[in-house]
Amino acid sequence: LRLIYTTTAVQRKNVGASGPEKYTEAFIKKQIEEFNLGKRHLANMMGEDPETFTQEDIDRAIAYLFPSGLFDKKARPMMKHPSEIFPEQRKIQWGEDGRPFHFLFYTGKQSYYSLMHETYEKLLNVQRNQDQLAAQDLLPQKEKRNLAGSRWLTKIELEEMLLEKLSDDEYSRFIQLLQKLMTLPCGDIEEKYIQKFCKEVPVQLQKVVIEPLKYDERGVAFSTSEGTRKTARATVAVYDNGTGKITVNGIDVLHYFPVLQDREQLLFPFQFLGRIGKHDMVCTVSGGGRSAQAGAIRLASAKALRSFVTEKEVEFMRQAGLLTVDPRVKERKKPGQEGARRKFTWKKR
Amino acid sequence: DDKLLSEPLKHPDFFNVKELFSLKDLFDARVHLGHKKGCRHRFMEPYIFGCRLDQDIIDLDQTMQHLQLALNLTAHVAYRGGIILFVSRRRQFCHLVESTARECGEYAHTRYWQGGLLTNAHIQFGAGVRLPDLLIFLSSLNNVFEPHIAIRDAAKMNIPTVGVVDTNCNPCLITYPIPGNDDSPAAMELYCKLFRMTIIRAKNKRHQSEVFDELQ
Repeated sequence: LRLIYTTTAVQRKNVGASGPEKYTEAFIKKQIEEFNLGKRHLANMMGEDPETFTQEDIDRAIAYLFPSGLFDKKARPMMKHPSEIFPEQRKIQWGEDGRPFHFLFYTGKQSYYSLMHETYEKLLNVQRNQDQLAAQDLLPQKEKRNLAGSRWLTKIELEEMLLEKLSDDEYSRFIQLLQKLMTLPCGDIEEKYIQKFCKEVPVQLQKVVIEPLKYDERGVAFSTSEGTRKTARATVAVYDNGTGKITVNGIDVLHYFPVLQDREQLLFPFQFLGRIGKHDMVCTVSGGGRSAQAGAIRLASAKALRSFVTEKEVEFMRQAGLLTVDPRVKERKKPGQEGARRKFTWKKR
Repeated sequence: DDKLLSEPLKHPDFFNVKELFSLKDLFDARVHLGHKKGCRHRFMEPYIFGCRLDQDIIDLDQTMQHLQLALNLTAHVAYRGGIILFVSRRRQFCHLVESTARECGEYAHTRYWQGGLLTNAHIQFGAGVRLPDLLIFLSSLNNVFEPHIAIRDAAKMNIPTVGVVDTNCNPCLITYPIPGNDDSPAAMELYCKLFRMTIIRAKNKRHQSEVFDELQ
């Protein structure tokens, strides 16, 4: 054994911290080939046809072969196409002779600045067009575009599109340019370009649809609905032209709910609307305790009564809190405490 | 290949840049107009012809000489396949400068200059970057009326600079200053046109010489 003597200068490597791992094109290609090969092997193992083995089949096969009890889905074993696993990265920006490909390479943020350049060019085009039309007095009237259904791309989405980091200021400048382009009268020419940076927003305020009344064999109007409270689930059918009879799970209400408080809860929606003796009710309920089941049936009956009543009264019911689902559930017990909130007795010594 | 590179260096004006502009063109584009007497920089006094009603007038004879030298240099750099970077921090002409650079096939930087672009390039861009071989300043001040950082950085990195210096600019660190107006659109368009024509001419000549050599 020979001891190798080295100086500390040779041993110490003063390498600066490198950025996030850069994957070469050859590496990604190899990963894609390995993935395809592995897909075929997996299909053979499971006895399926390798040609028609989809991603869902892969997920099912992996879940079967490597069962995992971990809660986090992203921590479980997965087999996906490399383009989903390795994040998209910039390839080398210059050619063999060293000359960069993009003319704004030396600015640092080439995609963002080239985007600003293009957008500004469109703006100049539109202004020139407008001047020409104004000279001939042919300016078209600007129609108000419906802005409610669309929104601009967020900063994160723009960053993903450009593969570059942006600052808030730069993002706001870009959006201001786009808005200016949109407000000009001849902006319709550049519709397609602006659409690239718009996104549809699903209408959030979904008007609650009150279901119409149904009629059973005898010609009596009725309506059904569901309600929940804690762990109790209830389904209720409210019939018109009734005498105020209530049946729960096939049992009369006096026998099912011996306590007065629960029966008061059931009657509350009808008392609020002044329709106590006019409706019949047939309900099924499961889960929860005594009080929870009563609350569930109350919610379900209030929802069912919406079909019998005017819109104003529905609004009154909503403001009284009859139509809101009670979100309160049992809070979990924490370790180091006796209950959810109660702590252990504190002893001074 | 060696002959291709050494041949242009034997003539004083191989690319005949003198014919691209005349004194009348410079005057019509209002290149001789400077700023007011109070804005005058001490080192620009040799280039100033005189002062009329408090406004400085730049000597166009000297401008002609400097312009000819600068265009000659850009033509040689473009002939040898060098990277040319157009720099200007004036917002009005940002689009013009970028379009000029794009048409020439060269590069432009008319945005906020990050500190280590030239001096810290290997860390900011990647390992094997090639730095520009010539910087052309179409306005040598930045938005706060101070000399552009790129002038000092290019001097540090041994990169030759060509710059249009107005009466309130410091021509010290620029290797080929061109005393002239950098504020009016006519003057800027003239400069862009001249640089574009020289670069395209030089590239075409290089391409022709290579083809000629290959045929022989």
